[in-house]
Formats: sequence, structure tokens, C-alpha cells
Amino acid sequence: MNIVIIDYGAGNIKSLQFAIERLGFNAALSSNEEEIKTADKVIFPGVGHADSAMKMLKETGLDKLIPTLKQPVLGICLGMQLLCNSSEEGNTKGLGVFDVDVKRFSNTLKVPQMGWNTISNLQSDLFKGISENEFMYLVHSYYAPICDETVAMTDYDGDYSSALQKDNFYGVQFHPEKSSAAGEKILKNFLTI
Amino acid sequence: MLTKRIIPCLDIKNGRTVKGVNFVNLRDAGDPVELAKLYSETGADELVFLDISATEERRKTLANMVLQVAEAINIPFTVGGGISSVEDVAILLKNGADKVSINSSAVKNPQLINDLAAKFGSQCIVVAIDAKQIDGEWVVHLVGGKQPTTLNLFDWALEVQKRGAGEILFTSMDNDGTKDGFANEALKKLSETLSIPIIASGGAGTINHFTDTFKLGKADAALAASVFHFKEIEISELKKELQTQGIPVRI
Repeated sequence: MNIVIIDYGAGNIKSLQFAIERLGFNAALSSNEEEIKTADKVIFPGVGHADSAMKMLKETGLDKLIPTLKQPVLGICLGMQLLCNSSEEGNTKGLGVFDVDVKRFSNTLKVPQMGWNTISNLQSDLFKGISENEFMYLVHSYYAPICDETVAMTDYDGDYSSALQKDNFYGVQFHPEKSSAAGEKILKNFLTI
Repeated sequence: MLTKRIIPCLDIKNGRTVKGVNFVNLRDAGDPVELAKLYSETGADELVFLDISATEERRKTLANMVLQVAEAINIPFTVGGGISSVEDVAILLKNGADKVSINSSAVKNPQLINDLAAKFGSQCIVVAIDAKQIDGEWVVHLVGGKQPTTLNLFDWALEVQKRGAGEILFTSMDNDGTKDGFANEALKKLSETLSIPIIASGGAGTINHFTDTFKLGKADAALAASVFHFKEIEISELKKELQTQGIPVRI
């Protein structure tokens, strides 16, 4: 299977690659349009700032390509947020795959939310074999509210979307590659969809 | 609900774990990768590697170790010790570290915090602060608590938050090594003043000390070394007790 991780200068991709290797697969890093288009599975990672990440996507034309992809695509963390309509982070316009606007956590909370929290109301093939209230590792200051495309929710002073799905597009706010055995299982589910 | 984190800290010298590691079931207790794997499989929520080597090869050795750890474990880890530039951080993150921790270099050059947060995002920048009380005032110290600065703990903590730190690792030098418990009063003040997460460090001796630092000290995470390395406290037992005490933990 041909797995491509979209390479646009975003954060900790090595851990993701290693996690995929531990599952017995190989993933190539690429920013090449043809390679991404022809991959069986595409992973869209992201750590950092929404505004600067979108700028990098625009510079390479990836902002046009990603929403047109037909194979299963998994956005992780900021990758998921960039697939949404917009983000309050730097008032950034997103790729518009998921019909929801990303907001900042309230100042009454510790921000970023950093650590292990549970996911519930699991409604996607991604969560095959995953129990309700399984723990996932999350690090983020912005969140996608609950919407029609929510397929998992997490409570941080109120429920928000910890996973989204629309057609062939999947998004997870947590880091499956850093979420122990259960996280690896979710990655494997995606890779074997 | 977001859970409280338990974080074992491993001291690293020339790519090997040093001092205070006593695991009979490990083939090589000096191997950071093997130790990291064991901790990740026995309930640690996160790991911190603190590099204390002073050789010319230090950067390269540490970068290699980070790569090997990232290959082996599936929980987040932070790397600290001697990090003083954007380039240092870039290589560690590229090799798979989730966060880096800076200490002296932030005091000497506070702008580094802004630069790192802008380049890599606040979420991966931990600022470690060592402090102890002098005439009733919490004073920030460098070089493992040997060298006092003119900075007040709470002022400095607020400044690093403003500059873009994503988390603070506060070690009380008064408590470190005493096994008498964490500096909960100072931790509570930090936690209530700041909006970023606080990791408590220094003083862990018993399970009750962890309960106290979460309940009284309002810490978001607790870090310890020797009580875990010498198996005085098993993380699984610790978490069970924390849960009994009504503290949310990942079990």
C-alpha cells in the first residue's frame, strides 16, 4: 500500500512515520502533487500555527489539491483544523472540507489543553474495536465545535469534536501516533479502510 | 475529562541513563530506549529526558537518542538540557521529540522563548524553572540550583507565559531530593496565576505527595525520578490511589 504523509514543513512527522512502521506499513513524505494524488492513503499532519500553515499550503498549491482528493485522507491535529471552514487562530480561512468553524478555548481553562482525555460517541470506521471513553493524547488551544460531521467528542469544559468525517475525509484532533496502543489501533483502522 | 499526568524523568549522559535506575527486569538499565519502553507500557503518561552531558558530541548523541526513542515508544516525550538555539530545537523535533524544555538559555536570552514559539508553536515549548526560597522570596536559580538570579519565580513564570511558553516545569530546589513532598503553596499560586499547564517537580517521596500536589498544589502534571526508578512507587498503584482520591487519571 502506498501511504503518503503530506510534507509542508509541519512539526513532528517522524513519530507518525515510526508509528506507521510499527504497524508494518511504510509512509513516504511528499509535497509532490502527482505522488499525493496517486497514493492509496493520505495523511495530513500539522502542528503549529494555522495561519502560517495555510501560507505554506498556498505557496505549494496544496491548498487547492487537498480538498479534491478522492482516496481516504486523515487530518491530524492542526491538519484536521485546516480541513474546516475557518479558524480563529490568525483569522485563517481553511480548506472548507468540514463545515465548521474552529474556535479558541475559553480563558477560564488551562490553554493549551495538554494531556490525555477521553473520546466518546464514536461513530466512524476509524473507531472499530475502540471502546467508548478510550484515552487519547491531545495538545491544542483551538477546537472544532460539535457539528453534523462530528464522529467523536471530548469534554473540555463542554463537548467539542475530537473527530470529524465527511465522505473520504477523516479528521482527528488527538495524536493517534502518541496515544499508546489504542491510538495505533485507530491509525491501523484508517490505513485498512 | 482531562486527566492529571504522571511523568517519570530520565537523566541522560552521553546517550545513557545515569544514576538511580534500579530495574531488575531490564537487560540494560542504562539504555534510555529500553527504559522508556518499559515506562510507556506501565502507565507513564509522558516522559522527560534531561541531558546532563558536557561533551562536544553532546548534540549529536542526544539527537540520535531522540530518534531511537521516537521509534520505540507511542507516548509523548520532552527533551531538555543544554538547548540554546532554534537550530537545537529544530533537530530534536525533527527526530521525533514532542516537546523541548529550556531553562538557563531562556533566562539568559528570554527572546529565545518568543522565537521558538513563533517557529514551532507554543505547544512544544516547555520552560523549566528551578527556584528556591531566600528570605521568604522564591528566587529563580540556574545551574541546577547553584546560581541565584535576580528573578522572582512568579514574575518570571508570567513573563515566559507571555512570551509564548506552552507549559512550565517548576522544580523547587528546597524540596528536590528531600522526599518530603512537592512545594504545593508555590505551585498553587503558579497554577492560579497562569493559564498554561504547570508540571510539579521536586520532593516526591510517597503516593500521598502526588495526591497533595494535585489537590493542594493544583498541578496539571507531576514529575519524579528516583521514586519510579527505584520502584518505591509503581505508577499503576499510584494511579489507582489517585483515582480513589477522586483525581482524574488515565488507567
